Amino acid sequence: MSDQKHVLSVNGEPREFARDLFPGTVAALIAILELDPAMVVAEVNGDIVGRGDFTSHALQPGDSVELVRFVGGG
Amino acid sequence: MNKGKLVVAGREFSSRLFVGTGKFSSSAAMQASIEASGSEMVTVALRRVDIANPADDVLSAIDRNKVQLLPNTSGARDAKEAVRVARLAREASGVEWLKLEVTPDPYYLLPDPIETFKAAEILVKEGFKVLPYVNADPILCRHLEEIGCATVMPLGSPIGSNQGLKTRANLRIIIEQAKVPVVVDAGLGLPSHAADAMEMGADAVLVNTALAVARDPVAMAVAFRLAVEAGRMAFEAGPGETRVHAEASSPLTGFLGDETRKI
Repeated sequence: MSDQKHVLSVNGEPREFARDLFPGTVAALIAILELDPAMVVAEVNGDIVGRGDFTSHALQPGDSVELVRFVGGG
Repeated sequence: MNKGKLVVAGREFSSRLFVGTGKFSSSAAMQASIEASGSEMVTVALRRVDIANPADDVLSAIDRNKVQLLPNTSGARDAKEAVRVARLAREASGVEWLKLEVTPDPYYLLPDPIETFKAAEILVKEGFKVLPYVNADPILCRHLEEIGCATVMPLGSPIGSNQGLKTRANLRIIIEQAKVPVVVDAGLGLPSHAADAMEMGADAVLVNTALAVARDPVAMAVAFRLAVEAGRMAFEAGPGETRVHAEASSPLTGFLGDETRKI
């Protein structure tokens, strides 16, 4: 069973994780993706997860995660 | 319309030039242009992180002690998307200021009045300070003002088109009627366009592309700053009326050759 993959949708793209490497929280996902948590805000299954909740918000296989941040715009 | 300082949603602004942060060739050019523009209101956009290639955070290039951050809802095609982006932007920035823009058509990027109004109603109730980007429609602007928007931001011409004030007649009516600040947004390509809007009595203008794509964005930012100041100063000074016929600047009597003309 250890080769079974767990999938998350991240910014519309499916991402597979070995079961023992599945990021259990938003914070863990952000760390795996090597992003700076200070510049990111997340949405999990359509609900906003603020920076303060990254470490406590649990992720489940099949969740849809959006990671957004500010860019230049008019 | 207030003389002197601009007040938006209770906050005073010394500068009447709002600037956007898109399309600059580099973060350094953007930062230097904002500084040179003297702007105290700066827009940013919210996008998905490009996970393969996470660029620098635009916020690190903006001195939030000096400027009010104004997240926009660009990319939203309807009210639902705009509300979603607005809530994310509030979470990401910690500010409730919002440039509301809903543009279903990517070719002309004209704002959808119905969806913009629907989103504004929801967002005002949620405590956002809503600055809606709209077509230059005086009735729509009045409705948005009535539901509690902080400003109205009618366009001069399509976003990024540099065409200047193509909506002049309606802008004049909006300026005449509005009790909230009128910010002319979009399409201002030259400092003269900005001065023109300010001379008409606009409370502020928002400029992005004209600065970002200039060969020298910093110099262009200075030019816009001066134009906005000049236009505002002229408006407050009270321009004379436009006439069809001539009105001599020099006295018409006592010319040295008067007696010979009678012959």
